[in-house]
Amino acid sequence: MHSHIFENYEAKDKSCLIPLLQDVQCIYGYLPEAALQEVADYVGLPLSRVYGVATFYNQFRLTPLGENIIKVCRGTACHVKSSANILFAVETALNIKAGQTTRDKKFTLEVVNCIGACSIAPVITVNDEYYGRITVKDVPNIIKKYVKASKQKEADAQAEVSIA
Amino acid sequence: MVQLTINKIKVNAEEGMTILDAAKSVGIQIPTLCHLKDLTPTGACRICVVEVEGQRGLTPSCAYPVYEGMVVDTNSPRVRKARKTIVELLVENHPQDCLVCVRNKNCELQDLSEKYSVREHRYIGETKSHAIDVSSASMERDPAKCILCGRCVRVCHEIQKVGAIDFTKRGFTSNVTTPYNKGLSISDCILCGQCILVCPTAALREKSSLKEVTNALNDKNKFTVVQIAPAIRATLGEEFNMPLGSDVTGQLVTALRRLGFKKVFDTNFGADLTIIEEATELINRIKNGEKLPMFTSCCPGWIKYVEQNRPEVLDHVSTCKSPHEMEGAVLKTYYAKKMGINPKDVFVVSIMPCTVKKYESNRGELAEENHPDVDAVLTTRELVRLLKIAGIEFNDLPEDNFDSPLGESTGAAAIFGASGGVMEAALRTAYYKLSGQELDAMEFEAVRGFDGLKEASVEVDGITLNIAVVNGIGNVKNILDAVENGTSKYHFIEVMTCPGGCINGGGQPIHQKPEKIQKRMKVLYQIDGKMKSRRSHENESVKTLYKEFFIEPNSHKAHEILHTNYFDKSKIRNH
Repeated sequence: MHSHIFENYEAKDKSCLIPLLQDVQCIYGYLPEAALQEVADYVGLPLSRVYGVATFYNQFRLTPLGENIIKVCRGTACHVKSSANILFAVETALNIKAGQTTRDKKFTLEVVNCIGACSIAPVITVNDEYYGRITVKDVPNIIKKYVKASKQKEADAQAEVSIA
Repeated sequence: MVQLTINKIKVNAEEGMTILDAAKSVGIQIPTLCHLKDLTPTGACRICVVEVEGQRGLTPSCAYPVYEGMVVDTNSPRVRKARKTIVELLVENHPQDCLVCVRNKNCELQDLSEKYSVREHRYIGETKSHAIDVSSASMERDPAKCILCGRCVRVCHEIQKVGAIDFTKRGFTSNVTTPYNKGLSISDCILCGQCILVCPTAALREKSSLKEVTNALNDKNKFTVVQIAPAIRATLGEEFNMPLGSDVTGQLVTALRRLGFKKVFDTNFGADLTIIEEATELINRIKNGEKLPMFTSCCPGWIKYVEQNRPEVLDHVSTCKSPHEMEGAVLKTYYAKKMGINPKDVFVVSIMPCTVKKYESNRGELAEENHPDVDAVLTTRELVRLLKIAGIEFNDLPEDNFDSPLGESTGAAAIFGASGGVMEAALRTAYYKLSGQELDAMEFEAVRGFDGLKEASVEVDGITLNIAVVNGIGNVKNILDAVENGTSKYHFIEVMTCPGGCINGGGQPIHQKPEKIQKRMKVLYQIDGKMKSRRSHENESVKTLYKEFFIEPNSHKAHEILHTNYFDKSKIRNH
């Protein structure tokens, strides 16, 4: 699935490492283990070094993303507006810590330094939707909305299968 | 030449020299932690900082080159304060368990803490916590004790070129570990232990087998015997404050007897036996036109490397077991039968300079009827601990001789512990076997020394034997490429994982004295020079062994007991 990305890079050229990793992540949304080994062999570095680079930079993910991505802004304006409590509320509602994905792969929780919507602080985004001026009490309802949507999607898919 | 001033002393230094080296040349000592001579300087630990006139911040002397007119102060109040703070911060993020630590009194962090008079805990806060990696059979990795100097990483990548461990993550969570933190047993690691030798703390250490050995010694039903590797006698004295390059063979035998071993044997006997088998195998391969070149198989690190990385060339590796495994196999078959002991009750302990030997002794195929050839392996360092517990004053011991028959050896076996030794020993015997004549000059200077790759050609009976000695696993790649492509001109290749050979093995005493390899090597060549017999085929006990048991080298029985087979283990990497 990703073999074509190597075409653009010279083999055994160590400087290709980061662009290659970025390309792999573009395809899968994260860096699968097997792909990491392939990249290591291609650029001629030990897997340990490639893994070291992949874990050093925040841009690289080693686990697959969930269906919905929740970003909690912890920038200055949101911080003043108690975004720490919002983060805690999301963590509690999903039962995961920032940076993790729920067991059912429905949600991934990320912390960002500034989302660029300070006027409506504190703010979180779910996928492409913004939720501003929220309180801790709003959090469960927002999450419920996406759980429901996800269930609906599954039911629709099921129905399609049974019709076919 | 560059002229500079260090602590008001005029110094003439070579261009490109670091401040650290220039200071050393005039007797000014600068402390270092992350620095390793001849490897990429990283300036990571900052303990070597100095003040350079005209520069705003402090400069890491291990990484900064000298320039004309430079004015350096290595002992200003600012420098001293910075260094002390660095040590304090490192100490605070380090387990406070020196009293029960395996590196107590041989720890560079402890030394620095003492040197800079750290007497209080000034920075109490969160400390890192990581699980200890006990996955491998040979080594333990305790990241909580790691100070992130990166010396192990550089040795693994730059000298051994294995690259099993590296820095992962960043900041407070950064950690030196294997990919995906899976543990050494599921990585490229070959367990050579060179990282242990450079680790300033106890973050890397061998997996101890002391308990098994003491239990066996206390068990009255066990016939516990010990064998010592060629390289131990050249290094053990260092741990008892003897000068580098002391030969302690005689004292060592006495010490082991006093520890309670029923018999004290010499792995050198196994080495002589290995030479007979290996030389015969080589000659057969040449005569029958089988796979050439043939690689030596004494070094278990090399075997692990080739199984994991180059399974394609496995049929080029000699099938001979390593000397201590051969000795163990003979002990559990021939010797047990001769003495009327049940092989089940024989407990063989090997004192080895090596960490991989622990892994090797656990290999299922190295066993006779479900009894492992070797039951436990102790490193040189572990033996020292055992001697200290037993209250044996090593320096005052009288000398003693090995037990027979598995204690007799020749000079050829003695040099197994040095890079090139196996080759030299094999040549002495192969020459005789091929031509029926003895070699006049016994010393092969071409295969001695410290070069990464040593080559020679030997004229025997009309055949030119091309040989090569690979000194350190980091130098093996090109040779393997050539063998894989079929372009290799060699007949016989020795590979030793550790630079310098077993005398610099991962189980040897830990210190950073630069002349250690040279001095230890000299001991082995001196032992060889003093021996009456210097060729393996002159070992009378080995001759008797063949007469009474194996009939002839590479016989069916010899193949069953003294030879082994190898496996493709590349899946450990590409799981």
